[in-house]
Amino acid sequence: MTAAPRVAVVVFPGTWSDRDFLDLAPVLGWQATAVWHAESVIGDVDAVVLPGGFAHGDHLRTGAIARFSPVMGAVQEFADAGGPVIGSCNGFQILCEAQLLPGVLMRNDHLQFRCDWQTLRVESHMGPWLSADELAAGDVIRLPISHGEGRYYAEDATLDRLEADGRVVLRYADASGTVSADANPNGSSRSIAGIVNERANVLGLMPHPERASEDEVGGTDGLRLLRSLERWLTRQPAVAERR
Amino acid sequence: MRWLADVHVRLRPGIADPEGQTIAGGLHALGFDSVVSVRSGKLLRLTFEADDHAAAEAALDGMCRRLLANPVMETADWELRAEADAEPGEIQ
Repeated sequence: MTAAPRVAVVVFPGTWSDRDFLDLAPVLGWQATAVWHAESVIGDVDAVVLPGGFAHGDHLRTGAIARFSPVMGAVQEFADAGGPVIGSCNGFQILCEAQLLPGVLMRNDHLQFRCDWQTLRVESHMGPWLSADELAAGDVIRLPISHGEGRYYAEDATLDRLEADGRVVLRYADASGTVSADANPNGSSRSIAGIVNERANVLGLMPHPERASEDEVGGTDGLRLLRSLERWLTRQPAVAERR
Repeated sequence: MRWLADVHVRLRPGIADPEGQTIAGGLHALGFDSVVSVRSGKLLRLTFEADDHAAAEAALDGMCRRLLANPVMETADWELRAEADAEPGEIQ
């Protein structure tokens, strides 16, 4: 039996999905710990979660103030060392502001806050959060979205590079898996819903996998993403040795 | 000495600005048909200390680069003046 993945769930003033991740920890078999943003260390953990919410009130720009919270230095170091980091919704916005991921999340094109179930097409399975054992390219999954500023934007050259490298991992699509303007809930460039960094250890996505991980809430596709972590960890020699 | 700066944060040219478009639509609805376009942005008025004009410029440049604007989508420029030269109503 392997040890439970140790996961730091970062909490900024205004974060709201931290409780969802912490409540889910027993379901996922995670040993999850909340880490306040003012901490400058995240401890000896296997993964870091930047949950959704409105860190520091989203003032100035989403994630702009949060990226300078003391904890982000430790998150940056952890990510630079190849540690698995997931940022969902506001977490994705913070990762972009921190330049751990390219691009930026802007106001939805229709200016409305959108809270709904959304179907997504899995484009590739790279890194710790998208295990091929859980998700295949082309799979259509259903996750909640809940955001007013989810329009992914980057320069064309950046988008081209992301696509060429297979780093666009999730796109907004309809239930049949077809990507179209109608299925794009916020006007994101090229219908991008989730991307990974060059090493694929950092995933940012606007949808909320933590809110689709129990039958009671209407779906469990989020589990397929989040369970990928443990599968990935057991394959890492350094981690396996420690266990 | 103390300085005042009005920092204008603008969306880069060509970046979609649904907020500006909506404001333009509102103006059109009120009969201001002459409005061709509206671009939204932010105005930040800063009061800060710096030894001289060059130091104040350098400080503003650093603040804009590090925090006030995201270069992926925005540019920043500013109007800088000594607080002593400001109109009384401009000083907070």
